[in-house]
Amino acid sequence: MKAIDLGNHRSLENYRDLLIILVQKEIKVRYKNNVLGYLWSVGNPLMFAVVYFFAFKIIMRVRVEAYPLVLLAGLFPWQWFANSVGSSPKIFVAGSSIIKKVNFPRHIIPLASVLNHMIHFCFSLPVIIVLLLFYDKVPPLSWLYGMPIQIGVQLMMLYGISLLLASLNLFVRDIEPLASIIIQMGFFFTPIIYTEDLIPERFQHLIPLNPAAPLMINWRNLILEGTLNFQYVLISFGYGLLFLALGYSVYKKLAHRFAEVL
Amino acid sequence: MREPVVSFDGVCKSYPLYHHVRGIKHLLFNFPRNLKAMKSMQYEAIRGISFDVYRGEQFGIIGHNGAGKSTTLGLIAGVLKPTSGRVVVRGRISPLLSLGAGFHPDLSGRENVMLNGILMGLTRREILEKLDEILDFTELGEFIERPIRVYSSGMLARLGFSVVAHLDPEILLIDEVLGVGDIRFRQKCAKKIREFKRSGVTMVMVSHSVDGIARLCSRAMWIENHTMQMIGDAKEVVAAYQAANADEADASDPVNEDFAGVEL
Ligand SMILES: Nc1ncnc2c1ncn2[C@@H]1O[C@H](COP(=O)(O)OP(=O)(O)OP(=O)(O)O)[C@@H](O)[C@H]1O
Ligand SMILES: [Mg+2]
Repeated sequence: MKAIDLGNHRSLENYRDLLIILVQKEIKVRYKNNVLGYLWSVGNPLMFAVVYFFAFKIIMRVRVEAYPLVLLAGLFPWQWFANSVGSSPKIFVAGSSIIKKVNFPRHIIPLASVLNHMIHFCFSLPVIIVLLLFYDKVPPLSWLYGMPIQIGVQLMMLYGISLLLASLNLFVRDIEPLASIIIQMGFFFTPIIYTEDLIPERFQHLIPLNPAAPLMINWRNLILEGTLNFQYVLISFGYGLLFLALGYSVYKKLAHRFAEVL
Repeated sequence: MREPVVSFDGVCKSYPLYHHVRGIKHLLFNFPRNLKAMKSMQYEAIRGISFDVYRGEQFGIIGHNGAGKSTTLGLIAGVLKPTSGRVVVRGRISPLLSLGAGFHPDLSGRENVMLNGILMGLTRREILEKLDEILDFTELGEFIERPIRVYSSGMLARLGFSVVAHLDPEILLIDEVLGVGDIRFRQKCAKKIREFKRSGVTMVMVSHSVDGIARLCSRAMWIENHTMQMIGDAKEVVAAYQAANADEADASDPVNEDFAGVEL
């Protein structure tokens, strides 16, 4: 008989294949269940941009130049963030059939989910580029290092948050509505539909208290101007580490009981 | 040859009964009380069970509904952790084959075979080598491309057993599944299981068809009231189990005979 590792002894190749197949599964399931598939992940921010443009530019007359572009440079990364956090409480519940049958490193399921959302974001980059060109802007060269930094930091943060919420939700089922409320509030407390310089002076020093704010500010500046505020990069990296540590330690504590509460 | 691949040593497994503390409201408002309650409110599904399963053995587990058979298999598979005692497993374990939807309901049978195999610990390459053989064994025809949520329970069992049986596990865990296959598939499975016997694959199977256990297994364990009632030669254990339930069994005897020929 061939010596194949099963159960706890997995080869690196198996880990890689496991991650690939789980990400593929998420993408397939997402696209199989709706006809428009890819259009949804691009269309959603576009439609909301129209709504916000109407409400804030046409009705409330905010003074922001190239407001549609400002909106989209915030909405695309935010959609990645919000979708990932919003779907995270259900990750282990949705994987219950495999969790109850096989002993494998469960933390790989949230990792697959986070990567799946990242892929959707990457698919929306061409749309952003087209819009930049439409406004006579060229995608800056600094994207070459700026994008990997921003994507990496956001991945860390989202993986940590997903591990945390997905694990907790098995034991305290209110996590899901709670997460969706926090995301909705976070949207308005983060400079997405407004720019950070519109925030009054006396609140400026509070920006770093919101884990999403430094990240989102950097996203918009990177997309529109090609600049990164490295202080903000460090702060979001710090949040990333914090969430990873928190998420992983909570996961570690609870993981051995997943199968019995599912 | 008498090398234990599964050893249970005074294993207890308790499930917490804290479903009503699941909400944050309860957690916050009755915190100290709930913490204490959570610790004391446990349901003992298995109490102090010790046994060994040896390499190449076909081991059966029988007992009433809720006795703790599936819990025992979950402990062997490593998806459950014992509350106290020790579980030692030496060898590569198959995914727990149990009733109900397999892996992902929206993926096709073929995609589920792949997912299943990779979860077992194989690589994509290794599964691709055996894919045709597995798909052949399932005899599912065009259904292999359909999402498994449209499968009947027998079709799911076919898929599950085919994958697990072809990917060279050392320890095979089967919970009730084979009962839902049709005659032809059961015969096929029985043949495969006899092959396992020759190649030294260890099998632990739970079934309510005690005749099947008596025929296919060399040893068996009877779990009664969450503790081990009896362990030993499969035929003797089954006979004792049937004798203990003789009153109820009387009525159903003719039915048993009807099925006798094809039972696994
Ligand atoms: N996840 C769980 N949480 C709480 N209690 C559980 C859980 N799983 C099983 N139990 C309880 O533990 C006991 C043993 O269950 P188990 O599934 O092992 O029974 P079984 O012997 O497989 O029964 P059956 O023949 O019906 O399949 C039952 O009383 C059941 O209610
Ligand atoms: Mg059972």
